[in-house]
Amino acid sequence: MKKNIWYLLPLFVFILLGGLLFRGLSLNPHWLPSVKLGKRIPDFQLPSLTSQQLFSPLQWKGKTVLLNVWASWCSACTEEQQVLLDLAQKGIKIYGLNYKDDSQQALNWLETWGNPYQAVGLDEGGRVGIDLGVYGTPETFLIDSAGMIQYRHTGPLTMTIWEKEFLPRMLSLERGVST
Amino acid sequence: MRWRSFFGMFFLFLLNSMSYANVQGANQLTSLYPLDTPQQEAQFNHLLKDLRCLVCQNQDLSDSNAPLAKDLRREVYVLVQSRKSDGEITQYLTARYGDFILFKPPFKGSTVFLWFGPIVFLCIGFVIFWKSSLRKSSQCN
Repeated sequence: MKKNIWYLLPLFVFILLGGLLFRGLSLNPHWLPSVKLGKRIPDFQLPSLTSQQLFSPLQWKGKTVLLNVWASWCSACTEEQQVLLDLAQKGIKIYGLNYKDDSQQALNWLETWGNPYQAVGLDEGGRVGIDLGVYGTPETFLIDSAGMIQYRHTGPLTMTIWEKEFLPRMLSLERGVST
Repeated sequence: MRWRSFFGMFFLFLLNSMSYANVQGANQLTSLYPLDTPQQEAQFNHLLKDLRCLVCQNQDLSDSNAPLAKDLRREVYVLVQSRKSDGEITQYLTARYGDFILFKPPFKGSTVFLWFGPIVFLCIGFVIFWKSSLRKSSQCN
């Protein structure tokens, strides 16, 4: 009787391995855990796309905002633009970081696809992108009123992701502020 | 005999072309990123080999043509130029991109299984082997 259990061991190992590998099939290898979560957003000052005022985190001090990293050369950015426009209409404050782009092309792109941003900073050299740990566009950061990065999404933002990941965090942040 | 010399020649040829490609690659990088001392050049080259390109994840920073890899190469170059140590440079990058940027995972709590797992499995294998061969020999007796 005791022997029989040992004969089942390879089967268990097989099931365990199979389960692990099966899970691996549905994981996104491009997803990286962000080390920036819970950390303060780095300080920066960039020229602004649409105004003379410098673009820096001081602009949204004391507010919970989204920081969206985008570029006119990024085809995936067009996918999320409607979502961002809808969110902006609902009163969500969205700031844009134009990543390694040409300012004229960025302006044209905003004209074509719509502008949901309160302000857009020009990160032509990609230095601020490196400080934020950006490795692909689009990326969206949720930044709380204290300037802490609360969440980060890589890839186009969808309404599903907004409702599942961003909205609960945003609501609990606002509740925390009001109490 | 003829085959053996043919294979020998072929192998030598391969070896030669590989080392040639390596030297060429290194030269190309250092001419793009001139550094003061050969030590700094060596540091720059070995750091780029140890750092992952986050866009094309199976390429290292020296191999990749992705725009982000170019930016990070420049970043590493500036840090090497300002005489930062390997530790300081990798810390600078992992503070932004996490341990994933390192090809060799650091040894810490969450990676203990990764580092010791193979040894544990090897020991389990030895125990199973020992037990089963013990049983075999007792059956023989």
